[in-house]
Amino acid sequence: MSTLTPQAPVKAQKPRGKLGDRLLFGYTWAVIIWLCLPIGVMILFGFNDYHGKYNTQWHGFTLKWYQHAFALPEVNNAMKASLIIAVISTVLATALGTLIGLALGRYRFKGQGFTNLVQFAAISSPEIVMGMSLLAFFVQLGFPLGYVTIIIAHVMFSLSFVAVTVRSRVLTLDRSVEEAAKDLGAGGWTTFRLVTLPMIMPGVTAGALLSFAISIDDFVVTNFTAGTVTTFPVDIYGLQGRGGIPAQVNVMGTFIFVGGLLLAAINALASRRRDA
Amino acid sequence: MTDTLPAIELVGIVKSFTSHGEIVQAVKGVDMKIAEGEFFSMLGPSGCGKTTTMRMIAGFDEPTAGEVYLHGNNVTGVPPNKRDVNMVFQSYALFPHMSVFENIAFGLNRKGIAKDEVTRRVGEMLDIVDLGGREKRKPKELSGGQQQRVALARALVNKPRALLLDEPLAALDLKLRQAMQVELKRIQREVGITFVFVTHDQGEALTMSDRIAVMSNGVVEQLGTPREIYERPATKFVAGFIGTSNLLSGTVSEVIDGHAVIAYGPEERVLVAVQNGQVIAGSEVELTVRPEKMELSANAPHGTDCAVRGTVTEVVYLGTSTNYNVRTSSGADVVVFTQNATSADDLAVRGDSIWLSWEPRHSYAIGAPS
Repeated sequence: MSTLTPQAPVKAQKPRGKLGDRLLFGYTWAVIIWLCLPIGVMILFGFNDYHGKYNTQWHGFTLKWYQHAFALPEVNNAMKASLIIAVISTVLATALGTLIGLALGRYRFKGQGFTNLVQFAAISSPEIVMGMSLLAFFVQLGFPLGYVTIIIAHVMFSLSFVAVTVRSRVLTLDRSVEEAAKDLGAGGWTTFRLVTLPMIMPGVTAGALLSFAISIDDFVVTNFTAGTVTTFPVDIYGLQGRGGIPAQVNVMGTFIFVGGLLLAAINALASRRRDA
Repeated sequence: MTDTLPAIELVGIVKSFTSHGEIVQAVKGVDMKIAEGEFFSMLGPSGCGKTTTMRMIAGFDEPTAGEVYLHGNNVTGVPPNKRDVNMVFQSYALFPHMSVFENIAFGLNRKGIAKDEVTRRVGEMLDIVDLGGREKRKPKELSGGQQQRVALARALVNKPRALLLDEPLAALDLKLRQAMQVELKRIQREVGITFVFVTHDQGEALTMSDRIAVMSNGVVEQLGTPREIYERPATKFVAGFIGTSNLLSGTVSEVIDGHAVIAYGPEERVLVAVQNGQVIAGSEVELTVRPEKMELSANAPHGTDCAVRGTVTEVVYLGTSTNYNVRTSSGADVVVFTQNATSADDLAVRGDSIWLSWEPRHSYAIGAPS
């Protein structure tokens, strides 16, 4: 130990800076690994050559689950239901959320503060509370549970994400650009179609991607409002309770993940081209 | 008959806003007629109502009271997309997602003009604003001056009855601004369209305009040619806002021949033309004299009607000219500009007692006597 002490005295700032850099570097990678590890495990076990019920131990590499990716009708149907619900609720939430975002970013009106608050409340409220409340609401109304109620619920919680992203985009816009369009002879709708919408498009796309992402993997709210409809996450939960999750689930999970990555990459490329 | 109609006429324009529960009048009764083909400026400090007035001509704001006429047609209440005027915005307001060509073609496409006609007219316009070959660029890829010219082309290509320019040069640096001033004048001559130019820069307004409306606090203080406004400021505000003005005041001792005489002391007196009957002996008057109209001499001048004594408080040598700050015997601080053309020597140094003299036609009485 004593051999380490007679070190050449260096500037006090430098080693600390180096240590700080190293800590930051290590911490950053730790977080990235922490976030990616579960996804990595999920992808990896889609290639696991296991036999029997439990896909929990590594037995060797295989592509057979990819060859038989759609061999389980139950999982297929659940996936189909999830996709239908995600697409419809994304379209609805994007359309409605964009309008709310525009109104919030653009105009001053009575109840604006309250509307803003409701958006953030919807984002921050616990899903289990939302799910329970919606279930109680639908039951009280005597509304049959199914696709419609799931879609209503999904639109409800993803709408705020679109509204918030669009609103922040609208706030950065120069209003005189729209005035210029009107000045050059464009009516209200033409101005929106040719000028406003293209300018807020990055916010709209980001909001739509978010909506899709949170709709397709939603379990809690869906479980409350689904009735007899089984979506992909709800089905996985059921399978797990009934003994084991087949590797096809890992395969489809990988598809969803890769699909999400692709969408994000396309969006990044598109916005780079737009800004170029 | 149509030729005599003004391109733009404002009648009794008032605009009030509600701000924090209080009603604020931004424009308090403005009347003006802007002639066909004129380069007309609205000049004033920020908050004087000039931009609001312009926005009411464009149709972005509606007047609380009064009417806007374009070529004799009452357009009050008509939305901006149905008014035959176009605007160049201070921020340029180019469409960021469209190319230069698409930006300029926007107005023509809204009118449903045939494609090859659009291509031809946009091409023509690009030549006029000197941007040929840049039609495929996005606004972001252009310099500030180039963006400015795209904004100009985008408005002018529609051949509007009038072009409204809202501080279009404010974002440019000095050199580019001066170049664009000349450029704007050239373009206006070339296309022969009425330009209404809003600015807070008096130099800009004086250089470019045929006529100027000087505005302050929501009213037009004076409307006239640059020369009239500079040489004969009608109000104290105009005198102070445009160039440098010397303000003198005093009690009228007598009125002779349409001129009020203010006697400050033996041999010291100032003459100023006044409206007959409006000023009598004993009334207080204020008058302005431009610094370059005053002459500075060591001895009492002969044969001039306006002469006062003073002490030099500061001498500033500026190369082509020298500025003298002088305190007059009556206690007014005035500035005198002298050209350094003939003599290399300074006329006076700090602390010297001197005489200031000028011709009576260069002193102007300000405001109506109250």
